[in-house]
Amino acid sequence: MIKLDTARQLLRRDRIWPFLMPEQPTIDVGNQMILYVEGLTLSFDGFKALNNLNLYIKDGELRCLIGANGAGKTTLMDVITGKTQCDSGSVFFGQNHNLLEKDEASIAQLGIGRKFQKPTVFEAQTVYDNLMLALKQDKRVLPVLFSQLIHSEKVKSKKAKSKKTKSQKACIDETLQTIGLAEHAFAQAGTLSHGQKQWLEIGMLLVSDSRLLLIDEPVAGMTAEETERTAELLTSLAGERTVIVVEHDMEFVRRIANTVTVLHQGAVLAEGTMAQIQANQEVIEVYLGKEEQKPEQDKQVGAAP
Amino acid sequence: MKGIIHFVRGYGFSQGHEAGKYTFPFVLLLLAVSVFAAAANTFLPVDSALYVSTYTITLLGKYLCYAMLALAVDIIWGYCGILSLGHGAFFALGGYGMGMYLMRQIGDRGVYGHPVLPDFMVFLDWQTLPWFWQGMDHFGFAMLMALFVPGLLAFVFGWLAFRSRVTGVYLSIMTQALTYALLLSFFRNEMGFGGNNGLTDFKEILGFDLQADSTRVSLFLITALLLVVLLLVSQRILSSQFGKVIVAIRDAEPRARFLGYRTERYKVWLFVYSAVIAGIAGALYVPQVGIINPSEFSPINSIEIVIWVAVGGRGTLIGAILGALLVNYAKTRFTAILPDAWLFALGALFVLVTLYLPQGLIGLVSQIKHKWQQVRRKEVGA
Repeated sequence: MIKLDTARQLLRRDRIWPFLMPEQPTIDVGNQMILYVEGLTLSFDGFKALNNLNLYIKDGELRCLIGANGAGKTTLMDVITGKTQCDSGSVFFGQNHNLLEKDEASIAQLGIGRKFQKPTVFEAQTVYDNLMLALKQDKRVLPVLFSQLIHSEKVKSKKAKSKKTKSQKACIDETLQTIGLAEHAFAQAGTLSHGQKQWLEIGMLLVSDSRLLLIDEPVAGMTAEETERTAELLTSLAGERTVIVVEHDMEFVRRIANTVTVLHQGAVLAEGTMAQIQANQEVIEVYLGKEEQKPEQDKQVGAAP
Repeated sequence: MKGIIHFVRGYGFSQGHEAGKYTFPFVLLLLAVSVFAAAANTFLPVDSALYVSTYTITLLGKYLCYAMLALAVDIIWGYCGILSLGHGAFFALGGYGMGMYLMRQIGDRGVYGHPVLPDFMVFLDWQTLPWFWQGMDHFGFAMLMALFVPGLLAFVFGWLAFRSRVTGVYLSIMTQALTYALLLSFFRNEMGFGGNNGLTDFKEILGFDLQADSTRVSLFLITALLLVVLLLVSQRILSSQFGKVIVAIRDAEPRARFLGYRTERYKVWLFVYSAVIAGIAGALYVPQVGIINPSEFSPINSIEIVIWVAVGGRGTLIGAILGALLVNYAKTRFTAILPDAWLFALGALFVLVTLYLPQGLIGLVSQIKHKWQQVRRKEVGA
């Protein structure tokens, strides 16, 4: 028996064949940081889209990225999510996941969700199916082929459903409530309005249980009321999840942000609270522009909490 | 294991796609017509009004093979948006697999009477059987090859193409080039597949005379049955979670990728599945028409398949089958009356369908239904 134990000790898989061990899905957020972006540089035909960019995001933070067109906001998201390869630099998710050596699918499976600038949902399928496709589950080909469909109005309670399926169903139902699409659950996603599609896409990030959400222009094309609800939703998400929002609507940014990062020509120009940013001369010059000059500025700074 | 049981048990004809609800009646109709035709040929006297000639049976069998091929194209084009203009290649490869078996079955009854070598090899003065003809005298092995070779080609091609993210028209052109390259190479005598003449002059399959009525009827019935089985299996696959992912990839591939799906793997396996179906269709086609030659690889054939699917209605499966049957029946009739005008008619058909019936014939049914409901609602309102 002792010999057997010794043999087992000697042949421990994690020591001898560490590459055979399933990858640790846990994210090491020591130092309270969840995302480390360091020295990121990327040029397209001589144009520096990212220029030695450094960015640190705290776990549970809600961070807004602002900047003029071409400042590198979307490119940064592309690099983080694995869509674009960068020239140099490093991107770490927690302390233990080097995102630069992973593809889009594995980055998504790690728990980084992304909402596109233009709302992108699966238009030919129902809202429910859209959410079901986004659920956190085994997404390899064979497990998906043999997995049980969660819903289907017709098959409702005929078949015994596993515990997992039940909790997934509950998760979808809850999200449908949150994003206000419960009435449209079985409508085709293509028939939704622009704002509803934005919400559906956010809902897909919610059911996928992503730890880090990258949200590109969430309120573009939304009514004032919808914008308000989006702001509430995003602020309620922060804490449990980490949210990075890119947005041009300054009113919206002011409403949700604790910390704002201004990008300019592929690098960080300034970082701080909204009040600090608005008082920053450089930012006013290159981004906020002349129309938001001093007198108005003071008023806004005064109004900010 | 549990998953597999669930997969088989969860047979919902009306699940998933809306076209699913027509599948069951369609399958019954197809089987009923096939059985009736077979019975009429076998049991009715020749002068009976309902007698179906063996010529017609063979023709119907040919149509059903085409229908299976259309099914294969619809699976990848209609559901995953991969427009393959080279599916004839997989069909022909399956056909060559069956053809090689049938050639070996001839034995010493060929013109030159060589016990092992097929006639064309004797003619080329070859002394031994090439390595890839070994074992093709076993039916099981030959059929395995008829499925494996198209599948392997589809896997290699798909893996290279989808991994490099080639999509849209570029992919279509590549598939076209693939089938054209195979056409040219199969034309060569040195390839060892009978060159220009292909493989023909078959005598028997599994010991049954290929010219006998009973063999022809059996082949026809087997084709019908396999078509039904493949239709049901495909319907099941495409209405599962896997099918939903496939449609998601068709509509927004980047979105699917950012949700954590490795889309290229899904596409490769669907492509392989589709190619295997095309291979089965080819293997069933050859004993019924009695010849396989390189012209089956011709790009025009592959484009015709796409037209069948477009006419029937893509993304519906039974639409593809219906389209293949109707267009091929029209072709048979048309080429008898105006042989030269067929290609023009086919082109015109494609243009008309694209312009006025984007959903094909199946779509027309639901369009009419929709109109009808509107009219009725108005009447009720008035």
